Amino acid sequence: MTEFDAATAAVQAALDAGARYADARVMHRRYESMTARNGDVEELTQDESIGIGVRALVGASWGFHAVPDLSDAAARDAGRRATRTAMASARVPGPSVDLVPVQAVTASWASGCQIDPLGVPLSDKGDLLVDATRTMAEHGADLAEGLYQIWDTAKWFVSSEGHRIDQRIRECGGGISATSIGDGETQRRSWPSYRGQYGTTGWELVESLDLAAHAAQIAEESRALLTAPPCPAGETDLILGGEQLALQIHESVGHAIELDRILGWEAAFAGTSWLDLAQLGSLRYGSELMNITIDPTIPGALGSFGFDDEGSPAVKRDAVRDGRWVGVLAGRDSAAMASLDYGGSVRADGWARLPMVRMTNVGLEPGPHTLEEIIAATDDGVLMDLNRSWSIDDKRLNFQFGCEVGWEIKKGRRGRMLRNPTYTGIGPLFWRSMDMLSSETVSWGTPNCGKGQPGQVGHTGHPAAPARFRNVRVGVSA
Amino acid sequence: MSGQTELELAGQVVELVRRLGGPATQVEAVVTRADLALTRFANSGIHQNVSESTVGVRLRVHVDGRTAAGGGSVVTDDGLSALVERTLAAARLCPPDPGWPGLTPRMPMQDAPPVDEATAHAEPDQRADRVGAFVAAAGGLSTAGYCRTAHRSSAFANSAGHSAYGRSVEAAMDGIARRDGVDGVARRSADRLSDLDGAELGAQAAAKAQAAADPVELPPGHYEVVFEPAAVADLLQNLSFYGFNGKRYAERQSFAEPGAAQFDRAVTVVDDPLGGSGLPFDAEGTGRRALTLVEAGTTRAVAHDRRTAAEAGSESTGHAVAGGATWGPMPRNLRLTGAVAGPASAVGRSTTGAAAGAVVDADTAALVAGVRRGLLVTDLWYTRVLDPKSLVVTGLTRNGVWLIEDGTVVRAVRDLRFTESYPRALGPGAVLGLGARAVRQPERVDGAWWAAPSLRLASWHFTGGASG
Repeated sequence: MTEFDAATAAVQAALDAGARYADARVMHRRYESMTARNGDVEELTQDESIGIGVRALVGASWGFHAVPDLSDAAARDAGRRATRTAMASARVPGPSVDLVPVQAVTASWASGCQIDPLGVPLSDKGDLLVDATRTMAEHGADLAEGLYQIWDTAKWFVSSEGHRIDQRIRECGGGISATSIGDGETQRRSWPSYRGQYGTTGWELVESLDLAAHAAQIAEESRALLTAPPCPAGETDLILGGEQLALQIHESVGHAIELDRILGWEAAFAGTSWLDLAQLGSLRYGSELMNITIDPTIPGALGSFGFDDEGSPAVKRDAVRDGRWVGVLAGRDSAAMASLDYGGSVRADGWARLPMVRMTNVGLEPGPHTLEEIIAATDDGVLMDLNRSWSIDDKRLNFQFGCEVGWEIKKGRRGRMLRNPTYTGIGPLFWRSMDMLSSETVSWGTPNCGKGQPGQVGHTGHPAAPARFRNVRVGVSA
Repeated sequence: MSGQTELELAGQVVELVRRLGGPATQVEAVVTRADLALTRFANSGIHQNVSESTVGVRLRVHVDGRTAAGGGSVVTDDGLSALVERTLAAARLCPPDPGWPGLTPRMPMQDAPPVDEATAHAEPDQRADRVGAFVAAAGGLSTAGYCRTAHRSSAFANSAGHSAYGRSVEAAMDGIARRDGVDGVARRSADRLSDLDGAELGAQAAAKAQAAADPVELPPGHYEVVFEPAAVADLLQNLSFYGFNGKRYAERQSFAEPGAAQFDRAVTVVDDPLGGSGLPFDAEGTGRRALTLVEAGTTRAVAHDRRTAAEAGSESTGHAVAGGATWGPMPRNLRLTGAVAGPASAVGRSTTGAAAGAVVDADTAALVAGVRRGLLVTDLWYTRVLDPKSLVVTGLTRNGVWLIEDGTVVRAVRDLRFTESYPRALGPGAVLGLGARAVRQPERVDGAWWAAPSLRLASWHFTGGASG
């Protein structure tokens, strides 16, 4: 019995039990992670998980059931249970459910991979983290941590409309962090970001990060931050590094344009959105430098795929063009409800989870400047980079971010390092204040996006480059 | 699984490791079968309704001084063999693990509370009916939330001859009612689905939403506050993960100083894993038991697994979790002990006019009655740590904030952002009152909960309003 056979049996059983539409995903995922601390391997974990999740639509109601058994009997039982659950949903029905059309295809897709990350000897991977964390400890870090993570996922998708798609997506990445502990506070510096940079690539991504080469510097900076002056409080011009801007995009644009949030489907937990569909196409989201795309086709970016988890092909779309809001992240049912004609952004974090609207690669198109040009053009401001804390309200408007490090900018030059830099604002006002944007784009990967009940962890990508924002409130403290 | 019990499977894994890795190999295995279901609603209709029947195996091996962990969902003979071989191979390739604390020896297990079979085997119709009751009780307001049930059957075995078995169940409901863009909330965690009254929760959420209408914006600053149990749950969670975590304590990243009077004398915090229907052992097979973390304001303990306990020269407190070497042991069943109950007649006296419904219980009413000027806060949202050692946290209010003047809730307030050190806000002299009745709040995953009464604090630093 192949994976496609199991998925086909599950779909047929759901239909036989009364569903008007059904789909099934078989997923086989291998996961490996290693952490190191102060020159020793701290933890090595290897997991392997196989199972099938079935989604059934009865009338206006969905049901979902998942099992870790691909036998014909188990798959059929999962299909029947999904339909039975959908029938229970009808006791408290919602509005009618339609699905925007998607061509049923038979297809295969695989992400690019030069060096199989699971094929790299564990000893090599361990040595990389051990050496980097030892170097950080030798250069003053009280806590020197390193991490890599690898996911190798194969999935097979079948729908009652005739989809038959298999994909293999390999993802990996890693990073290092140095923490220095002072009297009553801690300071941290990371490379290339806290808990690392990730992509749909092979081990070549981790090699390109050159962790060892940055270990000494970040350790010394973490210790220096303990005695650095605090970020002053007030309004100033703010320059964000690309890594922090990636999270700014994720939190204040990516989540805000999720159609399920806009429709209220996440109201009780993740929240809603300040965006109103009536303003799609006309609302000014940011300055004219702001061009945000939804693009799951970027080679190597963490949110890339060939097809989403309901069979829609990867397509690049605009979310914000010349500062105007023009697109959303959608699924087939949410799009139909909003009278839109595209889905394409629905994924599940495993076979046991219901596919839902998730970010793919949501990023900022490059601007005309460089970071050095932006600094040179800034008379008085603060440069902040590498996220340390993030918080935003349930409508994705009011945010406050903390960064690992700040630098004073005076008369076009980078000056003293500043500790505990924070900034706060309101999403659209902040984005409208962006007046300089670099061309130095990196597709940052965020492998820890939480959403949904039961909880799901999404992997998202965010092309971003340094940018300047005018008159931002900085230096918020307890 | 060929009809094997979880305990038989765990024993099979241990034997397999010893056969393939040699008799000196140390191994521990946990096998868990789970039936988890969650019925989710939005815009007053069920829109997501999911269930899963899973089985998972986790094992950790220590061979030739090296350690590795593995997990899998395939419990056929071939699947288990592959898992064992993979994990042994990984361990042999790892650098040495000088901090290996050894396996848990044979020990008696404390009896766990009985499992409610009706909850363990709840049907989707039962969850849907509670959702229906919540929606109906909201009086036409738009509603959203979930009703979930969880049942786990888990066995532990190791090569030191120790084994244990237990089951856990949980039912939880969490919902909001919405009116003109403002929300009211009600949430509960219980050992029995039958203890969750959808209508009662729906009515409570609706009353709070009605009371939250037409909010005004207040300037940021320091305000006296009364936190309802949902907001207090966030304090407990962050204190637990960042403060009472034995790994963070060993790394000097925790504020905790056992023996020091770090909190107000009104504060007593106990981790009480068997106070609900929880598993009687942790990921290392150590028996779980109540652990007093703060007693009358004095920090008494932090949580340990075997590794952090060995570093601290102490003993495991039964808080090992999978992945604990990285994240550390975390208490997940905290109870903030309440004070003497206030007079029930206080309900209703503390609210007037449009704000009626903001206060839902006598405890909160009694606390509100003592406030000259302050804020009643229902819930906290998106709290994130700026500095772990001082536990400075930023976040927002959610699901209802009201201005209190002269002991009376006078009007709804728009959400506020705060930046505050949690230990400092709970420090000596900072707690002005504590309710008597702890209300159990669900966590995002079953098995974790926070039980807290309402809490009155002298000062909370709000650093921004809804408009910035």
